[in-house]
Amino acid sequence: MLSLGSGCLVLALGVALYGIAASLYGARGRAGAGSRAWVDSGRRAVYATAGVVLVAFGVLEAAFLRSDFALSVVADHSSTTTPTFYRATAVWSSQEGSLLLWVVLLGLWSSLMLFLTRRRAREVAPYATAVLLGFAVFFLSLLVFLENPFDRAQTVVAEGAGLNPLLRHPSMMIHPPMLYSGYTLFAVPFAFAVGALITRRLDAEWIRLTRPFTLAAWFFLGCGILLGARWSYTELGWGGYWAWDPVENASLMPWLIGTAFLHSVMIQEKRGMLKIWNVSLVLATGVLAILGTFLVRSGILNSIHAFGASTLGVPFLILIGAMIAGSVALVLSRASDLRSDARLDSLLSREAVFLLNNLVLVGLCFVIFWGTFFPLISEAVTGNEASVGPPWFDRYIVPLSLILVLLSGIGPVVAWRRATAANLRRNLARPGAVGVLALVVLLLAGVSGSVGALLMFALAAFVFAAVGQELWRGVRARRAMSSDSVPRALVSLVQRNRRRYGGYLVHVGVAVLFAGVAASSAFQDARDVQLQVGQSAKVGGYDLTYVRPTSKLEAASNGRLEKIDLGAVMRVSRGGKQVGTLRTERSFFPSADPTLGPVSRFFEGEATSEVGLRAGLRRDVWSAISPSVRDLRKQVAEGDRVFNGAKALPPVQRDIALAEALSGLTRSYTVNPPAATFRLIVSPLVSWIWIGALIVFAGGLIALWPPLRRAPRPVAARYAARVARELGRA
Amino acid sequence: MARTETCGHNGGVDPARKRKLRFVIALSCALLLASALIYTSFSASSEARTPSQLAAAAKPGRVYELTGKVQPGSISSRGTTHRFRVRDREGHVSIPVSYTGALPDPFRDGREIVVDVRKRGATFVGERDTLVTKCPSKFTAEKKT
Repeated sequence: MLSLGSGCLVLALGVALYGIAASLYGARGRAGAGSRAWVDSGRRAVYATAGVVLVAFGVLEAAFLRSDFALSVVADHSSTTTPTFYRATAVWSSQEGSLLLWVVLLGLWSSLMLFLTRRRAREVAPYATAVLLGFAVFFLSLLVFLENPFDRAQTVVAEGAGLNPLLRHPSMMIHPPMLYSGYTLFAVPFAFAVGALITRRLDAEWIRLTRPFTLAAWFFLGCGILLGARWSYTELGWGGYWAWDPVENASLMPWLIGTAFLHSVMIQEKRGMLKIWNVSLVLATGVLAILGTFLVRSGILNSIHAFGASTLGVPFLILIGAMIAGSVALVLSRASDLRSDARLDSLLSREAVFLLNNLVLVGLCFVIFWGTFFPLISEAVTGNEASVGPPWFDRYIVPLSLILVLLSGIGPVVAWRRATAANLRRNLARPGAVGVLALVVLLLAGVSGSVGALLMFALAAFVFAAVGQELWRGVRARRAMSSDSVPRALVSLVQRNRRRYGGYLVHVGVAVLFAGVAASSAFQDARDVQLQVGQSAKVGGYDLTYVRPTSKLEAASNGRLEKIDLGAVMRVSRGGKQVGTLRTERSFFPSADPTLGPVSRFFEGEATSEVGLRAGLRRDVWSAISPSVRDLRKQVAEGDRVFNGAKALPPVQRDIALAEALSGLTRSYTVNPPAATFRLIVSPLVSWIWIGALIVFAGGLIALWPPLRRAPRPVAARYAARVARELGRA
Repeated sequence: MARTETCGHNGGVDPARKRKLRFVIALSCALLLASALIYTSFSASSEARTPSQLAAAAKPGRVYELTGKVQPGSISSRGTTHRFRVRDREGHVSIPVSYTGALPDPFRDGREIVVDVRKRGATFVGERDTLVTKCPSKFTAEKKT
């Protein structure tokens, strides 16, 4: 089976190389009437590559599920005690497995795109096919020559190292496929942009064809980023959801540029403007997607995700260099074909707002890029490696985010081409008043301390009002044409223009999300305290009391001990009244280090936090415990001594005795609990970050959903007259 | 007279000149922001230093980004304050660090860490919430040969 996996990778590499040659040969038309057949053959090579790498992935997946430790990648990233779900998903916790997942997803998305466009974009598609297969060749070469997942272990171990406990979280297991789907989907518009530039077919056709894939890339990458943030908040034991870590930033940069493209592309579709800008954004998104992969793989920057040296840095740098050089050369050589069909009529127009929105999004990306790569820039300029921290990022990101939210409220209500002052007054007066009113109410309610947060709340209210006003006008217009109820008219309105109203919902979600971020950043109360049982700490108006310690041993499905949990039950009170209970614990996973004693290895391995969280719409009460195991050291050392002297015991009896000894240890912890260290946080409106993100993705799904295919109905003249009257009143 | 020269036939500003003006303003804004970005990043950054570099020359009060490994057996805690030594990744020079606050889950003997520190007396005091411990198994291992 393992030979089958290796063979599949080599075969896929060969097929992909053939596909590139066939596509380019067919595209150049040297084969005359047979050119089409070569192009078709190149496209089928993409399907074949996808199929073959999928088989390889299946073989690797089976090896993980079987705990086949003959494969070094399985022995290093899984174990028999790893639960089945995590064994299945541990494939992409390894370098090799994640690269294979990348190429599998690339193959699947490329196949879908090329299948859907097999009878369209006949000139552009062969070059796009060659570019997509070029990416496949790059990743397959890494897998075949540098990071082969089917490398056999030098010695077959009886038990693997297990999946890193920090990754044992459902969202962490779904997070990588989401991110990779985003990255690989962004390769599709990149490839078609290259094809359009090569063939000089620079009308909006390639944009229309790839738009669903760009939107899907934006959707999946956004979901991946959200899952990562959620994992950080609930699993990492520090209480935050974003740390400006290079790897986090790497996923945010292509998402921001993708967002800019999704806006500016509308201007090209409607007015034939910004062609050079749009093609540059798509090419930049493709480069940034590869850059994100490079940052995780290479370990070039200090990050919680990537630290050690890697052999992949140089190949990735060569690929990125080639992508940038090729993109710049193509855009410069096609500059004359990329001239806009029209010019900006007025700064008071939707085009201008979109352009400003684009500049802000690109500005955000540039700030993040600069901050992320500053250690390398600093070393190159001064000879000293230096880095910037979250306060530096906040200094630029906060004002830019405020402008972005403001624009997301203005954009939907400004007319295309040229808006008059009267039109602006009529459309912005109510939302503006709502924003000002929100600010006044907050100030009167005594909310103060952060100007940025207050402005963000007011702007969020402005966006709700602006989008609400647009929806209401649309519903009124629909009701003028039919006798539908308001909800039915709303559904019908959205169905008829999913892209527009899905986009508006995204704006609402963004405003909600930013309001949550502003509140939780500006008004958070966090404390690190040491408590004995019965002691309390006051945080954010709550009293948190350490009620009692908890402990338990957890066994895997095969009966082997998987981890020891030591924790606490905490009472949450407000104004002397109990409002809830928190349960937090720290899980200790055994170390695979053979030099450690049988008992001490359970306290010297990885440890993870299980957060105690009381989430609410108004605020979250969050706790994480660091139990002190210092008092158990003596008993642990005694246990090691006893079990080292009992090696003659049969393994089953030894395991039973060990479980009893560990059970005694944990009992001892609960009977005489030492003081434990807690991180306690009360953070307002955190839930609105997740709710806002869900609204964003719901809006994205609505925009992504294919439009209804129904025959257009002629609108009766009297209905048209009523619509005009209603709109005139609005 | 000057007014007549700058106006188009419809009485407004010449569109080409207007576009040029907008472009110059936009470019100036971008340059200004980029300059601010560059200036603040260099002035607000903390220099990355190894334990041996800090042991040799560290100015009291200045913030450094310390990178190294936690020396095995050196961790001790009192309340929420943790004391440990950080040594060079390759080498044996180590410096004492005091850090107050919650420690990241993967923090333990031998782990690679990054923390912002200030020299105070003979000890390097960690800045709150800056301690990062590297995730040990995620895409990190250098290929065994």
